[in-house]
Amino acid sequence: MRGIIKSSAYLPYYRLNRTEITEFFGNGRASGARSVAAHDEDTVTMGFEAARVIVSSDSKMEPEALWFTTSEPPYLEKTNANVIHSALQLSNTTSAYDFNGALKSGVGALKTALNSNQTVLLVQADIRGGLPSSADESQGGDAAVAFLIGDGNDEQLIATYLGGSSVTLEFIDRWRNPAEKVVKQWESRFVEDTYSSLIKEAWNEALNNASLNESDLNVIIYAGQNERVKRQAPKVISVEQYHDTVPMDVGNPGAAEAGLLLISAIENANVGEKIALCSFNDGIELLIFEVTGHQKALNSIKDQIENRSEVSYSKFLQWREMLTVQPPNRPSPSRISASASKRESDWKHGFVASRGDQSGLIHMPPSRLSIKEEDTSDGMVTESMASSIGTVATFTVDHLVYSKNPPVVFAVVDFDGGGRIPIEITDVAKNEVKIGMRVEPTFRKLFTADGIHNYFWKVRPLRSVGV
Amino acid sequence: MASNGIKDKVAIISIGCTPFKEHWDKSADDLLIDATTQTLESVELTSDDIDAYWVGTAQSGMSGLTLSVPMKLQGKPVTRVENYCATGSEALRQACYAVASGAYDTAMAVGVEKVKDSGYQGLNAFPIPTAGTNRTLTAAAMYSLVLPAYAKKYGIDEDELRMVVAKIAEKNHYNGARNELAQFRREISAEEICNMAAIAGRLSVFDCAGVADGAAAVIVVPAEKAYDYTDKPLFVKALSFVAGNGSGLIDPDYDYTTFPECEAAAVDAYQQAGIDNPQDCIAMAEVHDCFTPTELILMEDLGFSRRGEGWEDVLSGKFSLTGDLPVNTDGGLKSFGHPVGASGIRMHYECWLQLRGEAPENRKIPDTDKNLGLVHNLGGYPGEMVSFVSILGTEVG
Repeated sequence: MRGIIKSSAYLPYYRLNRTEITEFFGNGRASGARSVAAHDEDTVTMGFEAARVIVSSDSKMEPEALWFTTSEPPYLEKTNANVIHSALQLSNTTSAYDFNGALKSGVGALKTALNSNQTVLLVQADIRGGLPSSADESQGGDAAVAFLIGDGNDEQLIATYLGGSSVTLEFIDRWRNPAEKVVKQWESRFVEDTYSSLIKEAWNEALNNASLNESDLNVIIYAGQNERVKRQAPKVISVEQYHDTVPMDVGNPGAAEAGLLLISAIENANVGEKIALCSFNDGIELLIFEVTGHQKALNSIKDQIENRSEVSYSKFLQWREMLTVQPPNRPSPSRISASASKRESDWKHGFVASRGDQSGLIHMPPSRLSIKEEDTSDGMVTESMASSIGTVATFTVDHLVYSKNPPVVFAVVDFDGGGRIPIEITDVAKNEVKIGMRVEPTFRKLFTADGIHNYFWKVRPLRSVGV
Repeated sequence: MASNGIKDKVAIISIGCTPFKEHWDKSADDLLIDATTQTLESVELTSDDIDAYWVGTAQSGMSGLTLSVPMKLQGKPVTRVENYCATGSEALRQACYAVASGAYDTAMAVGVEKVKDSGYQGLNAFPIPTAGTNRTLTAAAMYSLVLPAYAKKYGIDEDELRMVVAKIAEKNHYNGARNELAQFRREISAEEICNMAAIAGRLSVFDCAGVADGAAAVIVVPAEKAYDYTDKPLFVKALSFVAGNGSGLIDPDYDYTTFPECEAAAVDAYQQAGIDNPQDCIAMAEVHDCFTPTELILMEDLGFSRRGEGWEDVLSGKFSLTGDLPVNTDGGLKSFGHPVGASGIRMHYECWLQLRGEAPENRKIPDTDKNLGLVHNLGGYPGEMVSFVSILGTEVG
């Protein structure tokens, strides 16, 4: 059988209360919050955060391929999946591909992986926005998901794929040209009518493909950007709709929406329940799963929804570069060196340090020679620090250094298994940091210069549950 | 391992120093010419009389051409030196060794930095291509880590310690207000400094050295020829230098209450000079007060205070102009600002004035039988720094 071996979701730490937007503009009504990627996150770093939970939960797990999907790729032409691949320290014989651009690519990659015969690590992430006061801005959300797709029996798969259907139709619904930051859309009544005429055909085909009757299904998830369509579908499909708190508490994370809702539904389902996923994005994609194996949720969505800090609307606009503020009068960073980055890739992307072979003293960054005389010259061994937990030994708040989110909180961190590094703490308020605070490494984007994104590690307060 | 030193083999016969300030109307070339001309003329020498030159600059020029072209030197060996914020001292150190070796009879070290042409605030390092994984926080933030660590180790209230380091700034600005070469010539109280907004940890902008342009130059000759040029030469008793191995950044045992490179450089210098207890024989010291906590730690690393007692000595006034061991009598980096290549030689200039009794009356150190001066100059950060110490004296032996 084929299906989902493991799944994981990542929600960034920050939330924007939608009333912040309506209050700023002085009109409209809103409720709930949307998730907000921090200033140092992009779809690659968020995707990695989702995927690392799967990879670190099983040291023997080595997918044959990593497929990355987003509508907000940090790079075009260059493969973004390679950055995640490197950060996960996957074997270089594991292929890495991008399936980027269209929102449908998320559910498309999921279905393609399910229909393939490889063990595939799917990573899907999106950062959603729109013009200030737009519905896209308010209703969008930032999130990432990861799935390990492959073969297995009922015990090995958390959800078995039973079948599905596709209906492809070319029409103009939502569009954004490559150089544009915000989406435009056609009148939603036209879009609603277009989808409505396709739902019955797609649903019957999916049931037929999965050899199921409608009454066999326990719940159905509707994904897509058009709320009118989501309201029409239950009139055609007589399966209980899965009502999730994700749209209210997180928002719609675009290419990762279908995956996030699917993981949420699986987390809340019992073994034996059958779940349909119906995605409306430039056509209809239907997938039907049976929840087959127990899996203790890896960093559950529920926990992450509760683990949050509010961000102001002005900060949100700055982070999204919708509001340009006066930068510090310091030189902006220089672009990183490609050759130096390649040489240091294990450290830069994988947070792999070196350790003295006799003293055991961990050197961060890794060095060829040890500061301890007893260690063999040029005999350092590698030591991965990416999953290490550390403690703040001392810290400072730097108001002067260049940052997109000043002030920068810097800490000297001592890791439990050895190793010390002075490093930035992110996802933290400056008055929250204390000596003794527990922290964990997190992969972030430090800056972008000459179009090259500088990815490296910071630490964040240890808040995740179940990792 | 030996550090034999060159005690009493080399003498300083002249030092000159430009005002340190925002020299909007002077280039690095102008500053070099001003400093070297002043230094040469005071002993009635010309640039051609100098056998070899070392020019220290961190970012204002590359190669010996930085000096030979503006000075229009003919056929002279000129070496550009860089060693972080200890660049000026390093240039002097190289010139001294060249003379001690017998290779040259006269050597000049000149330090210069033209900082204020960048259009940015603060000191900004020349970007070396990297993988982008290096630490990015400012020097102010790195040194601000000292305060909570020191307070915790010695059981001092953090508010009290904050006032202690503000007293260091108050002292240096008091001295600097009496120095016409200094950039900032206004006294400021520790209370005013404590009430300022923090920019890094608990440090305010007045806990940090300023930024200025400037140049300074020094001529050294073999000790036995010193009196050919001046009645009051200063003899080089010790020159030490330690470049750290960065262990403080990776070793969990490092606690940010000492700078091991500075302590090691001091031990070496005292050994070279034959000094057992520096407090007994050192008349005054110029130390690298890049940030106020730096000077506090240096008092202990240089052996001026016992471990954990430096803060009490600061409060007692031990290091003030009239104290037992005046420190930074010219106002220090706090008052002068920090033209990186020039600062080390500027520090020696103050020793020159004080040991020869030529400092102005309003900032002259008490007349004692101590006849040694100490210069400490560092570069880098807690955990990863270079450190220089020199000891100068008015007499041979």
